Amino acid sequence: MTRVHDMGGRFGDGPVLPEAEDAPVFAEDWHARALAVTLACGALGQWNIDTSRHAREKLPPKDYARFSYYEKWIAALADLLVEKGVLTRADLQGKGAAGLHKLAERALKAETVAGVLAKGGPADRAGGPAPRFSPGQAVRARIPGGNALVDGGHTRLPQYATGARGYILRLHGTHVFPDSSAHGLGEAPEPLYAVRFFARALWAHPEHPDDEVVLDLWQSYLEPL
Amino acid sequence: MPHDHHDHPHALLPPDPALRVKALETILTEKGLIDPAALEEIIDTYQNKIGPQNGARVVARAWSDPAFKAALLADADPVLAELGYYGRQGEHMVVVENTAQRHNMVVCTLCSCYPWPLLGIPPGWYKSDAYRARAVREPRKVLAEFGVALPDETAVRVWDSTAEVRYLVLPMRPEGSGGLGEEELAALVTRDSMIGTGLAKAPGEAAA
Repeated sequence: MTRVHDMGGRFGDGPVLPEAEDAPVFAEDWHARALAVTLACGALGQWNIDTSRHAREKLPPKDYARFSYYEKWIAALADLLVEKGVLTRADLQGKGAAGLHKLAERALKAETVAGVLAKGGPADRAGGPAPRFSPGQAVRARIPGGNALVDGGHTRLPQYATGARGYILRLHGTHVFPDSSAHGLGEAPEPLYAVRFFARALWAHPEHPDDEVVLDLWQSYLEPL
Repeated sequence: MPHDHHDHPHALLPPDPALRVKALETILTEKGLIDPAALEEIIDTYQNKIGPQNGARVVARAWSDPAFKAALLADADPVLAELGYYGRQGEHMVVVENTAQRHNMVVCTLCSCYPWPLLGIPPGWYKSDAYRARAVREPRKVLAEFGVALPDETAVRVWDSTAEVRYLVLPMRPEGSGGLGEEELAALVTRDSMIGTGLAKAPGEAAA
């Protein structure tokens, strides 16, 4: 079944509260620290973006629901550092071994920050299976959803789209498959498509007959119709 | 679920979020795993160097230069890379154009994916549960909360960023902006108009 983060279409959240365009980028100083510490730890190379998304998603639901955005980041980072063996539980309690860490030589330096951020981490890969679908073709988002490889694992197929009929809008190329990559099972690249769904195929009471939602979906999330 | 733990390590850190970050930062710094100067550089980058002004320049150029716009809509990545707007969370950009027939709007229902090199760090509402939950199911009600009302002949297309592809909305060029240069046009482009929860400002509004 779903985790709490998979909230598209959920009822009961109340209004969106817009902010002024000139509101501060970081509402609190610790938000900026949380972002910077997380990015700097990512540069140690012990996990990938899919692993870190999954670490946030598998926070206990009660934590996910009550934590603010950057609280989720920092909690997931602490969990990930221990899960990957970078830190110990004793370290988090301030009772760990003193001295430099064996990964210290990989620490991100100020002078390389600009280059690392500019370089990014593209997800497209050569190879992988040939595209099965072409633009305009009708498809169905797989049902049931969920990770087909790992029980309770990471997936980027939102629950609200499962089983719905959509149409291939475009092929984005072949991209790393999160359901595999998040779990150390390899990048397993697959064709990635933008798929458009009529709102009326997704929701019982769509606002307008012509409205649509587009999702980026990997080939193995899709079945021909 | 094999990877779950009932006693998550994060609970070992102080419960107050500011103290929790501080504690983790201190531990990592002592071990040489993070460099405080690098943290300052990251913060400075997203606080002062990268923000919606980047996207606004791209939109203004697209409004002024039909060849640039055509190239941007056809394949944004090389065009943006040439302008220096390539990077983390913007590796695979797609630009979608608003018209009288179609209004585009962007959300990430699973987390808060956002085109950082063009718009910077997302605003709080973009990361909120309410926006993530509702933008796909009732975009017109959400737009109304931003003060935007669309005519009935305009269909809404909501882009849910489920992969590493990031979307930028090219808003409609406002009426009365005919004689303006790129810099003046960029001043009409709001962050929200490039997410699709707002429209570009009219020339009179920009001065206000």
